[in-house]
Amino acid sequence: MITLAATESAANEYQGLMAMAYLVAGLLFVLSLGGLSRQETAKRGNIYGIIGMTIAIAATLLSGITNFAWLIPLMIFGALIGMALAKRVEMTSMPELVAILHSFVGLAAVLVGLASYINHGDKAHEIVHQIEILLGVFIGGVTFTGSIVAFGKLRGSIGSKPLLLPGRHLANLVMVLACIWPLGVKFIGADGTGGLIALIIVTVISFILGVHLIMAIGGADMPVVVSMLNSYSGWAAAASGFMLDNNLLIITGALVGSSGAILSYIMCRAMNRSLANVIFGGFGTTAGTTPAGGEEQGTVTETSAEEVAGMMNDAGSVVFVPGYGMAVAQAQHVIQEISDTLRGKGVDVRFAIHPVAGRLPGHMNVLLAEARVPYDIVFEMDEINEDLPETDLVVVVGANDIVNPSALEDAGSPIAGMPVIEAWNARTVVALKRSMAAGYSGVENPLYFRDNTRMLFGDAKETLTAVSENLN
Amino acid sequence: MLIGIPKEVAAGECRVAAAPENVAKFIKLGFEVSIEAGAGQAAKFPDALYEQSGATVLSAAEVWDKADILLKIRPPQDSEVELAREGATLISLIQPAQNGDLLERLAKRGVNAIAMDAVPRISRAQSMDALSSMANIAGYRAMVEAAGEFGRFFTGQITAAGRVPPAKVLVIGAGVAGLSAIGTAVKLGAIVRAFDTRPAVKDEVGSMGAEFLELEFEEDGTGEGGYAKVMSKEFIEAEMKLFAEQAAEVDIIVTTAMIPGKKSPVLITGEMVRGMKEGSVIVDLAAEGGGNCELTRPNEKVVEHGVTILGYTDLPSRLPTQASTLYGNNLVKLLGLLGGGEEFKLDFEDEIVRGATVVRDGEITWPPPQTAAPSPPPKPKPAAVLPQEDGEAKGGSTLSGVLLGFACLLLLALGWGSGSEFLDQLTVFTLSCFVGYMVVWNVTPALHTPLMSVTNAISGIIVLGGMLFISSGNQAVQILSGVAVLIATINVAGGFLVTQRMLKMFRK
Repeated sequence: MITLAATESAANEYQGLMAMAYLVAGLLFVLSLGGLSRQETAKRGNIYGIIGMTIAIAATLLSGITNFAWLIPLMIFGALIGMALAKRVEMTSMPELVAILHSFVGLAAVLVGLASYINHGDKAHEIVHQIEILLGVFIGGVTFTGSIVAFGKLRGSIGSKPLLLPGRHLANLVMVLACIWPLGVKFIGADGTGGLIALIIVTVISFILGVHLIMAIGGADMPVVVSMLNSYSGWAAAASGFMLDNNLLIITGALVGSSGAILSYIMCRAMNRSLANVIFGGFGTTAGTTPAGGEEQGTVTETSAEEVAGMMNDAGSVVFVPGYGMAVAQAQHVIQEISDTLRGKGVDVRFAIHPVAGRLPGHMNVLLAEARVPYDIVFEMDEINEDLPETDLVVVVGANDIVNPSALEDAGSPIAGMPVIEAWNARTVVALKRSMAAGYSGVENPLYFRDNTRMLFGDAKETLTAVSENLN
Repeated sequence: MLIGIPKEVAAGECRVAAAPENVAKFIKLGFEVSIEAGAGQAAKFPDALYEQSGATVLSAAEVWDKADILLKIRPPQDSEVELAREGATLISLIQPAQNGDLLERLAKRGVNAIAMDAVPRISRAQSMDALSSMANIAGYRAMVEAAGEFGRFFTGQITAAGRVPPAKVLVIGAGVAGLSAIGTAVKLGAIVRAFDTRPAVKDEVGSMGAEFLELEFEEDGTGEGGYAKVMSKEFIEAEMKLFAEQAAEVDIIVTTAMIPGKKSPVLITGEMVRGMKEGSVIVDLAAEGGGNCELTRPNEKVVEHGVTILGYTDLPSRLPTQASTLYGNNLVKLLGLLGGGEEFKLDFEDEIVRGATVVRDGEITWPPPQTAAPSPPPKPKPAAVLPQEDGEAKGGSTLSGVLLGFACLLLLALGWGSGSEFLDQLTVFTLSCFVGYMVVWNVTPALHTPLMSVTNAISGIIVLGGMLFISSGNQAVQILSGVAVLIATINVAGGFLVTQRMLKMFRK
């Protein structure tokens, strides 16, 4: 454990106790993540996490801290802010909240790194230790500003179009190299706190790099970005753990880091793209201007809310496919009303969720849960695709690329090979859309031109409310 | 051995016992075939086609006089029995339970008789089960007849001129005929519901695309030989209530509840018919046994309370080409079992032959001695299609193997020149990564957002880093760590709370 010279004797008595407390906390965090494997155990998992955190903080408080007058008010204030945020956040704004929380971890890692260096404890000048500081600050810095940009993009205060500067890959590379040489080398070679200037420059560079990296990624890739930053925030915490010789930080950081990495991988797989392609690809720019695929587009068939209500009444099975448009229109509640009415009439109502629907992994699930849709009628893409040919009616609410048949049928399409919800296999498809604009990928969606597709134009919430009124 | 195929004499019967393609197969089995002139005419099989297949066209008298084996569909009429030669074998539908005197006449005349409708309903005999063949056709035709009488589309459509609601069809009895009717109605686009007293058929009904109606009543109606048995009084009351409710709602009812050799149970009362919508259609496939509908008149079309009730008993004959071919196929299989042309023999050791033979050597051999026939087991569901491991996945695993080896080497190299404290930490770190990897893969995708917020909260553990420096004597360090503590606490509190809030919303 790192111990400050002044408090060393006091801390010694607690050392063994603290190590055990940290071990228990670490185990509780593992159990916490394990609990999330099923809805039934998820709440318990969260409680485990809270207990683990309480134990960890309590043990640290007893470890020889003297400056309580400064610490306690800060913690209370921080907790109050956190509680207020958590209470007030709209479920549709969850991605923003998650992003901003990531940035906090990143910033905290940077600050702890700087503090650790300035404080230069007994071993601040071992090479390994200095590398750890450098790494912790660097990852923390990228996470911090990257998450802020992601937050801005998700909120819409920064345009969701990717910003693609010329020579951006080279710029990124130069920034990373500069942090190794000359800055890194100078930092490690310096005596006392003489490397502070170099460390601060590295911090600034990492901030710039974070902004630049995430600016270049478009809005609909945010599920990947947010999970990637989730991963980074974990690695930043782990690096701080190495720096502070704190096993609990290492354990927790590693858990969070691998969790985020897995989520990023799942999201990438759901788009049939590699992580490198998402981060460096600048998707949606090459194909964005010209609709790809030389296919005859034909005409769309428009329908009305009354007709859709009639189709729902006559259907034996209905599957809703929600997308980001549902979140934007806040249509989840009215969908739930419709689903309840239909289920009351014995219609088999289900929901199909694409892994990258929305702006956050699992975003649609949370929105539907918020609207009190029972989770056992909400299915993943792979679970429901094979049932769609026997489904009477599929209602696509504000989703586009994730139901695009050209992903499977047109090898030249930019989204070719991406797994999609095969809505077109159903007997009838109703697609709710604001206008005929192309989706995020810029690819025209042939689904809208199929014979069994009916378009219902307008704001999803308004049109669905009209449908709901016509159902009885 | 000479097979003779006489023309069916019953009025209105259009079928013939074998189609030309069947005749070719008889010949392959070692038989010679003679057919009465014009026998296949009504089934759209001209004599020339039979001749091409190798049959000899003869007069009725010649066929009856010369043939060793006579193939018919309908039970022989008295006049036909008189025509048959002593020692000949007659194969047709016979209905031995109802036609006791026919059996006696056949026995007296010395004609062996095999009843196609007495073939045991065991899986080995399925290919000879003429009742199933005919029931299949009857079910199909029933729905076609219903569509002919019904004034609307079966399928719901969205046309330029407006929306058309689909027809609703109720099929009572999900036997062969019922399932066939269900399949036909589903293909025509109707919403189909089906009822049966045997719960085992539920999956079959579902697989045809219909909804299986269930009573809130426990009683298994599975009887012997795959037929339904007679149910208790309470069950029947519950059943009748269901039918009354359904009758008011559906447009088409097809009833198929026949109990072999008995009067058909009345399932649709006059009252229920009165409750049906004007223009609705009932097709009563049990009309031969009196009908499942109270108002059914066998062989007739009647209109009662605006509802058309079809009591046709000749539905297979209304599809004569198909019916003849399928019946002929059943005969081909049976004659193959009987030893073909060379070794033709009524071998009573064989369960099928024993069951189907009703008269042998002047003796009535019906009913056969009881052997308990198991009811058909529910069909196994088709195995779920497993995702195929493709080459890419394989390549991935070798790649990850290489990576793993590389990582091991890297770790060894690191160990070469580092202090033990760092190595301890590296051990903890690596193990934690693996634990995290294993645990997180189990997280259900529906909980990915709560996963992110909870990992957010626990990565607020970095608060410990701030706490450790807060007591430093250096003012700058105090401020830096203070800010770190503040924002990390926001993370901890906010992350856990919002997760709790989200998880509360997930409900069944």
